[in-house]
Amino acid sequence: MKEIMKIDGLSTVFFTDEGKVRAVDDISFRVREGETVCIVGESGCGKSVTAMSIMGLVEEPGGKVSGGSIDFLGEDLLRLDKNSLRAIRGHEIAMIFQEPMSSLNPVIKIGEQIMEPLIVHQKMKKKAARQRAVELISQVGISRAEQIADSYPHELSGGMLQRIMIAIAISCSPKLLIADEPTTALDVTIQAQILDMLREFKESSGMSMMLITHDLGVVAEMADYVIVMYSGKIVEEGEVVQLFQNPKHPYTRGLLKSKPVMGQRQDELYSIPGQVPNPLELASSCYFHDRCEHCMPVCRTRHPGLKEVGGGQKAACWLYEEAEVHV
Amino acid sequence: MAADSKLTKLQRPQAKLQKSSLFRQSLRKLMHNKLAVSGFGVVVFMFVLCFIGPFFSPYTDNKINMAMMNKAPNLTHWLGTDALGRDILTRVMQAGRISLTVGLASMVLSVLLGALLGAIAGYYRGLADQIIMRVADLLMTIPGLPLLFIFGALLSEWKIPTDYRMYIVMLMLSIVNWPGLARMVRGQMLSLREREFMQAAVVLGLRDRRKLFGHLLPNIVPLLIVMATLNIGGAILSESVLSFFGLGVMPPTPTWGNMIDAANNMIDFQDHPWLWIPPGLSIFATVIAINIFGDGLRDVLDPKQKR
Repeated sequence: MKEIMKIDGLSTVFFTDEGKVRAVDDISFRVREGETVCIVGESGCGKSVTAMSIMGLVEEPGGKVSGGSIDFLGEDLLRLDKNSLRAIRGHEIAMIFQEPMSSLNPVIKIGEQIMEPLIVHQKMKKKAARQRAVELISQVGISRAEQIADSYPHELSGGMLQRIMIAIAISCSPKLLIADEPTTALDVTIQAQILDMLREFKESSGMSMMLITHDLGVVAEMADYVIVMYSGKIVEEGEVVQLFQNPKHPYTRGLLKSKPVMGQRQDELYSIPGQVPNPLELASSCYFHDRCEHCMPVCRTRHPGLKEVGGGQKAACWLYEEAEVHV
Repeated sequence: MAADSKLTKLQRPQAKLQKSSLFRQSLRKLMHNKLAVSGFGVVVFMFVLCFIGPFFSPYTDNKINMAMMNKAPNLTHWLGTDALGRDILTRVMQAGRISLTVGLASMVLSVLLGALLGAIAGYYRGLADQIIMRVADLLMTIPGLPLLFIFGALLSEWKIPTDYRMYIVMLMLSIVNWPGLARMVRGQMLSLREREFMQAAVVLGLRDRRKLFGHLLPNIVPLLIVMATLNIGGAILSESVLSFFGLGVMPPTPTWGNMIDAANNMIDFQDHPWLWIPPGLSIFATVIAINIFGDGLRDVLDPKQKR
């Protein structure tokens, strides 16, 4: 399969009063044509910052992408000039945000907000764009499309607004759709509908998707390939079935163990002890060592690299580098 | 298809009923505010009086008539005549045209200037912000009235033709008024540009111009309407002050300000009160009415700004 996007050694830092924070630290992965890549991890592990870095939303002086490359169809997004970047955003890469309520401009009619990328990127005339916008609204499963096009965001519910966001995102048939926790702000029944819709569009248009989530249920349902992030680093990645059946990294195992299993009563759900380390105080150890059940001396002193562990799976853990552990 | 169109036709009246735009909502709320409505009524009355009234007056030619000097109000001259025998009522109406026009035009100009410069400063920040806001600060550190006096004195010094002075007064007033507006707009922009929907706009690949004027400015339109309304009153007052001191619009072109100039000497002030009471009352009523209306507007459009 053809590669759509290849990220190589991406690092993003933020500058705070207390010092430099490495939100994303030297990560590499690829998204292939028609593939859904899920990035999972708990809050603050750098999932969203990865997406923001790709879209160029990390702005100085607050922070910056400090290294690496984002190769999108042969062009490095980090080195493109403003105009070429603008032509790619919204046209070939689209993004859906977590909060549909605040991602639409409150004073502009829904229809006009859908028309905008059509007019800008597809050079459509106003009338044609309007017609296409109404089509898109009914395509994302909203009835009374004409009427909805003339209403303002505050008149719609969260689920409907997320559908509108999807309509805007798919309006220019992008090659890559980045969805940053698209269902987190929605209730469970709507979540399933939204995910179904995303999958349907993905399958019918053949676009690739990068889905960011902390919900393993969503991963199981949507992903082809899973990337587990922890503290700005990739700790494990692999095909979805492989990874769910045979998680290698203790963190991934912990995550999977802390999911409730249907039909099984448990007194207390498993939880990984401890907390995410403060990104300001990251030492040269494995970032997970103080929460890990298998912590070894080497874990406290050196950071493990991402290594092939069989079955196309990769993990960053000293457990799988026996030779070096005994040194 | 036929069934489809029938359905939409059936739904149409219902859709009309549901329609509640921000504009309509605000209008309804405004209608409940009696004070604001009466303020608006007075403003409309003044406009109608000044712009249509003169057509019904037989004295619009402003002929000097020595036989009719300083006559008290009577049946032929309802508000009396001035020192040159001209009808006061007609002159008040004609002066109103100028005063209201100056007020409106300078408001439009300062809102345009203020909104544009404030938006640019708040959106781009950095150097553009520094330059624009420091100029604004500079203008704001000098009290407005002395600045206007200096401008006015310069105009007299350069012997600007009186016909042009009206336009230059408009310009002067907007130069004094835009910094306050720009600050307000900039503040709003600084907070709006960080909102999530602006990130969404970046991600859509929109141009700066589109983001600025298509997405950001519509968000501050209510604020601008309120500021603009309150601004008209201030502009009318400043124009009157300038003209009163003979530094604004020059006679024989009448404005409310230079008509009150008649109150400048003791004899006219005491013996011919019809010379200065009508224009004085006009200024008073208009400015108060505009401010009351503007306050009402603010309560409706910008609830956060309540005093």
